[in-house]
Amino acid sequence: MNESRVYLHPTGPLVALVGNPNCGKTALFNRLTGSQQKVANYAGVTVERKEGRLTTPAGKKIRILDLPGTYSLYPRSLDERVTCDVLAGNALGEKRPDLIICVVDATNLRRSLRLVLAVQRLNIPFVIALNMSDDARRRGIHVDVSALSRELGVSVVSTIAIESHGDAALRHLLDEPHIWLHGTNPLAGTDTEQADIQLDHDRVQQILKNIGLDHITPDLKSERIDRVLLHPVAGPIFLIALLFLIFQAMFSWAVVPMEWIKDATSAMSEFVTQLLPDNWFRSLIVDGVIAGAGAVIVFLPQILILFGFILVLEESGYLPRAAYLLDRLMGAVGLSGRSFIPLLSSFACAIPGIIATRTIPNARDRMVTMLIAPLMTCSARLPVYALLIAAFIPQRTVWAGLELQGVVMFVLYLAGILGAMCVAWILKRLTATGRQVRPLMMELPTYRWPQLRNVLVGLLQRAKLFLRRVGGVVMFLTILLWFLASFPGAPEGATGVAIEYSFAGMIGKALAVVLEPIGFNWQISIALVPGMAAREVVISALGTVYALSATGPAAAETLGPVLAQHWSLPTALSLLAWFVFAPQCLSTLATIKRESGGWRTPLISVTYLFVLAYFASFITYQCARALL
Amino acid sequence: MVFRIMALLHSALAGQPYRIVAVHHSAQMPECARQLNELGFMPGEPIVLLRRTMPGSDPLVVRIGASTFALRAAEAACIDIVPDTENE
Repeated sequence: MNESRVYLHPTGPLVALVGNPNCGKTALFNRLTGSQQKVANYAGVTVERKEGRLTTPAGKKIRILDLPGTYSLYPRSLDERVTCDVLAGNALGEKRPDLIICVVDATNLRRSLRLVLAVQRLNIPFVIALNMSDDARRRGIHVDVSALSRELGVSVVSTIAIESHGDAALRHLLDEPHIWLHGTNPLAGTDTEQADIQLDHDRVQQILKNIGLDHITPDLKSERIDRVLLHPVAGPIFLIALLFLIFQAMFSWAVVPMEWIKDATSAMSEFVTQLLPDNWFRSLIVDGVIAGAGAVIVFLPQILILFGFILVLEESGYLPRAAYLLDRLMGAVGLSGRSFIPLLSSFACAIPGIIATRTIPNARDRMVTMLIAPLMTCSARLPVYALLIAAFIPQRTVWAGLELQGVVMFVLYLAGILGAMCVAWILKRLTATGRQVRPLMMELPTYRWPQLRNVLVGLLQRAKLFLRRVGGVVMFLTILLWFLASFPGAPEGATGVAIEYSFAGMIGKALAVVLEPIGFNWQISIALVPGMAAREVVISALGTVYALSATGPAAAETLGPVLAQHWSLPTALSLLAWFVFAPQCLSTLATIKRESGGWRTPLISVTYLFVLAYFASFITYQCARALL
Repeated sequence: MVFRIMALLHSALAGQPYRIVAVHHSAQMPECARQLNELGFMPGEPIVLLRRTMPGSDPLVVRIGASTFALRAAEAACIDIVPDTENE
């Protein structure tokens, strides 16, 4: 893994983009650099580092760094800390920028200018990109570019990041030699942290007065939309309908592309099977590499659909409003609305969800969100739920056309959510910091139409990150587990399945002793071992254990009746309960470790999830046995 | 200067123009004042309360300058305001 490596390009000056969150900085970065981007992490921390290249009209080659959005140079969150370190020249393996482009939101000058004043003190040459000037004009804010430039004593250009050629003026400005020179700035060199916040404020007030912008600017369009979407009754109804649509889309639209991926995986397996002689190497490639990678890549369509929705909602400005609507509910269990976005992402996969907790400034809230994110039913549990429900729950209509199988699926999702809320509530009661009032202070940005280009660039990045993970951690673990399940081979004259005699088999049998009270036999226990890499692997593992020759989708079809024969209903229900809570995915734990920067959180996570899962399965199994 | 009655933001009338006179510390939320300052809640700023969330009027939606924020009632209680006569 070299995710934390910082790439150093020797040529060209380094330009850093600095700005408030939501100022259109990333859109401007995408506009300036196009597809020439490199996404990595900053050394030692897990903040995404985005670098791109740009050639100016005069042919000058420039490296551009998109720094995390910040309100001040006095850091509140991890993201903001990175911005401050890079600008101060303190970031590990990072050169101090040669020029700063301060991206200023023309619709929100007051706040942006405070950051501009802080940047001015850094003693690095800088220019101002007055972004979203079209939006500002539409909302009745007329910013006089030359007056602003005069007030601040730096070059100011208008940019419209969401329009092609909206960055032309900025590109031309980068060719001007004078902007790269260190000016004689009276404020330069003053220590940012000691700067008087009140003095800055007075200066901003004066500048705004001088350019005629010291008054409240109403946002009538957004206000009209909010009257419906934030309405006490209509708002929540709209949100529920929207979430329902997203889930519907995730499960129905993804079916076709998922079938393609499955077909491609089995075609590939067959091709390799015919190509190679029957030996351990072929088994490694077919059962280990292809089956393992295929089992995970198959979730790419669902992840992309969910993230497509999230990106569109984020671009439109609705997502913080959804968090606002849910704030009361989250507040009841000791979290703020800010935890909503990471938890929503976790329904596709807990990993992007845990990464998204970076946007939560409060450290305690961030940790609690990380702990409960794995309880959101991720798409990897779906195939297991689908298999067990089809095999054990009879297909009949219970009430008003509701399918019993569908109801059980819904109950499993609900169990995860309720479990997460209980855990958060208990943490709120038990910890001293939990009873403090959680900060909210969330901006509700102006509504705007999502730009297809930004959504596509975002999706492409998600897909790349996901596939890189499949190529790295998941591939390694799959190969390791294939090894455990294949060696040592069955002794001469053995009657059982080969896997019974392997290392995985031994582990499974040992586990069965502990898992017997919750109704699991040794076959299930064996399957749970490779299931640690990716939950859905449990299906193919059960297939192997029950000596079925078919793998993948074929296994899922024929496995159902076999399981129905071998297992009692309480065992099946117990396994479903286990899957709601158990920590079964090593990549999630690895992500928690990386994001929390230590072993403590992943250890707490794995322990409490196992205890919870065991408890839930025990109660389910014993109750089901007594009642059925 | 006309004498004006100071009030807390969370008791403001929705839709009426106010100006912030002070942002003070709160024992419940030690970081509150500084964070509010960073977001632009500073003395002298014009501010309007847009809506309260029913029931319980928590959180509040306020507009300051050209941006809109959702604030918890406890956060809004850190902000002292006076009616803004200039903007009326």
